Amino acid sequence: MDDVRASFHSGKNGLGLFAQLVSELSSSTKTNDKLQSLVDYFATAPDEDKVWVIAIFSGRRPRRAVSFSLLREWCAEITQYPHWLLDECYHTVGDLAETLALLLPETKQQNQINKNLSHYLETFISIEKQDVSVRKKFIIDSWNQMNRDERFVFNKLITGAFRIGVSQKTIVNALSKIVDLSSSIIAHRISGNWDPVTTSFEDLLSESASVTDFSKPYPFYLAYALEEEPENLGEPNEWQAEWKWDGIRGQMIKRNNELFVWSRGEELMPDKFPEYFILKDLLPEGVVIDGEIIPAVGRKPLPFSILQTRIGRKNISRKQLQDAPICFFAYDLLEYNSEDIRGFPLHERRKKLEEIILPIKNNSIQISEIINFNSWSELAALRKTSREMNSEGIMLKRKNSDYKVGRKRGDWWKWKIDPLTIDCVMIYAQKGSGRRSNLYTDYTFAVKDGDKLIAFTKAYSGLTDKEFAEIDNFVKRNSIEKFGPVRTVKPELVFEIAFEGIAASNRHKSGVALRFPRMSRWRKDKTVDEINTIEDLKTMLEMYGK
Amino acid sequence: MDNLISFTDKGLYCAQGNFYIDPWKAVDKAIITHGHGDHARFGNKNYLCHTDTKPILQLRLGNNNYETVKWNEAIYINGVKVSLHPAGHIIGSSQIRLEYNNEVWVVSGDYKTKDDGLSGKFEPIKCNVFITESTFGLPIYKWKPQQEIYDNIINWINKNKENGKTSVLLAYSLGKAQRVLQAIKETTQTIYAHGAVFNMQQALINAGFNLTPVVRITPDTPKELLKASVVIAPPSADGTSWMKKFQPHSVGVCSGWMQVRGNARRRNVDAGFALSDHADWDGLIQTVKETGAEKIFVTHGFQSAFSRYCYEQNIAIAAEVKTQFEASPDLSEGEEFEGS
Ligand SMILES: [Zn+2]
Ligand SMILES: [Zn+2]
Repeated sequence: MDDVRASFHSGKNGLGLFAQLVSELSSSTKTNDKLQSLVDYFATAPDEDKVWVIAIFSGRRPRRAVSFSLLREWCAEITQYPHWLLDECYHTVGDLAETLALLLPETKQQNQINKNLSHYLETFISIEKQDVSVRKKFIIDSWNQMNRDERFVFNKLITGAFRIGVSQKTIVNALSKIVDLSSSIIAHRISGNWDPVTTSFEDLLSESASVTDFSKPYPFYLAYALEEEPENLGEPNEWQAEWKWDGIRGQMIKRNNELFVWSRGEELMPDKFPEYFILKDLLPEGVVIDGEIIPAVGRKPLPFSILQTRIGRKNISRKQLQDAPICFFAYDLLEYNSEDIRGFPLHERRKKLEEIILPIKNNSIQISEIINFNSWSELAALRKTSREMNSEGIMLKRKNSDYKVGRKRGDWWKWKIDPLTIDCVMIYAQKGSGRRSNLYTDYTFAVKDGDKLIAFTKAYSGLTDKEFAEIDNFVKRNSIEKFGPVRTVKPELVFEIAFEGIAASNRHKSGVALRFPRMSRWRKDKTVDEINTIEDLKTMLEMYGK
Repeated sequence: MDNLISFTDKGLYCAQGNFYIDPWKAVDKAIITHGHGDHARFGNKNYLCHTDTKPILQLRLGNNNYETVKWNEAIYINGVKVSLHPAGHIIGSSQIRLEYNNEVWVVSGDYKTKDDGLSGKFEPIKCNVFITESTFGLPIYKWKPQQEIYDNIINWINKNKENGKTSVLLAYSLGKAQRVLQAIKETTQTIYAHGAVFNMQQALINAGFNLTPVVRITPDTPKELLKASVVIAPPSADGTSWMKKFQPHSVGVCSGWMQVRGNARRRNVDAGFALSDHADWDGLIQTVKETGAEKIFVTHGFQSAFSRYCYEQNIAIAAEVKTQFEASPDLSEGEEFEGS
């Protein structure tokens, strides 16, 4: 095994330093503290680890080459605890990586070896395809060199389950304090197509770095929700209004006579959408277009649920191409004639965008239309028709604004329609995961079906910690039966569930599936007799789900 | 033969001696293991407890008919030999040993197997039947050596001081607060305290314990004095306007529940220290083994997992018992209950 990069100093470095970073990031509640932790980390960590941290935080986790069940197996073998006890622990902790880290016997201080994060990740990749016994030995040997915190991050990394609450913006800001580059250049560099195994920190972020990656998208500009009245935004004629489309935000790039399509998840999706192939020939060279990936027939998009039938499939059938044809709704032009024009005002970018898109008469791309309006009240009335347009509301963009990086206030706003709601009763409860692992916070809800109740959705969020504690208490006192980790509960608590969309689904007994359901209100004023019925849901499906 | 202790709707009851142990409804005669609110409740006619528990009960329950005993001092109640033994949980906390007709039962109350220097050194007691708590009865709960945790707390305080922040430590006013105060007394000249902590600390000092004195925070305490200071408060103070006085501050929680990251995150605290006044998994298992009991009853905590494990591993025949003792994982609830 490659020990060249391992460092054996005492004190924190390598993986230990990374573990400390992770625990600081997850315990600090303020963005500034997180930023400071990252700056400290980037100032002290070895270069080969920094590249990995940037990679991990920008969504390039190493693939999972060991399954959860194998890790659990090996942990049971080491600790000699029965499987049901490991399960019990897992249920309480809510996170397998952490559960294993807590269960494994503590490594004596003098036996701990501090190696670099890159050592573990690169060794891990190099043995990815090897026999399970090789991987087992590597993992158990590694566990035996680590303390509890290091094991936790290690387990997270090898199971590919690493998620940390830090935005790309914060990473970029931290790096901008360490390297001599502007934030927008850093954001651009780290969002491209690069591999932490072969890219050094120097390659990635030095001033003179010249690695050109033609596929690289720009960071997206994201809007905040408009919470006040639009009148406060000023004159209506300073604003451009468009429908807010409900698909996948994407960038279409034509460079070097090649076409690349990116989503916000930063994943290249070359073969998922064959409709776009033809655009390689139809678009001019050197353009980057911001828009929405969305199924549509003519000018009108189809509901998001139709798009979901296309996502996650390797092979697209002819029928799918027919039923759910994918279009690209173009919002904005970021690069023109191979020149970054994000600094141009929106109305100029829009003009160029129209010049490019309007002449293309093809079903796979169209421009996102501008809504004409003269007053805010007129626009407010139009907004009420959003749902019929299969739109989520209205986007407002300041006509003279430049295209910014990340989520910024001021120039772009999403003015969403109010969600759909339904009143229902809680019938099952299960313990939460992660930060709510000790409370019953995951609920199943039912509506009336004649004189019976029928489960139709689960929801996990939307309540305060205090309310969750209160309901947890209710669940414990009013459970009818324990069924595995699930408790069936006396149907008594009524909630209003808010959701963004509804679709037919034969996986569900109720025949419907909701989009983004969450508890919007605990209706303490209502009894179970007053909840909605399955017929009400079907009516909603008829109105909004087709 | 009838069980020496039965589980009734008022609490653990010894019919032969006609007394209860830590009853949750008012009874004629109650033997109290320790001063936490879920074990020592209002309204009993007669209380029997350890000498060190009495000042705590007086503070919390007012004047009542208290009888006290020392550890290992036997008294007889209608033929039942009763004695108290150190439980190591908080000051005065005791296990209750009952002996009748050559059979010995022990009620653990809450206990901690590691000596904290304040609560007396826990000793396992040979018995036939052991009634044990199980607050931390899962193997994910294995405590680090207490000195290591104290060092972490002290480092955290020093780091906050450097950054001009006040360190607000959340710890139960009875038990955890005394222990933490002993550990951090060298870090600073003056330690400030919330009224609940101050009252308890003062009552114990007045009763003759050599504890770290604290200064009570009142509306008149000048804000400048509190800058970058150390404040100790009960968990219920978190999130209240009382905390505003200390800004900028960093909040640390001392509780066994902090062993799991999610709990610290859920509470939105800046630092969690897994410092517990209960036995960890190894402590519980070791204790059950050392009592030699062939039968155990498992109360508040992870009853079902702990009893199943003891049974499966042939450690003892185990049964779960429902009590009204609290092992609440939510620290904002049952504030003055469990010294978790
Ligand atoms: Zn207790
Ligand atoms: Zn207690």
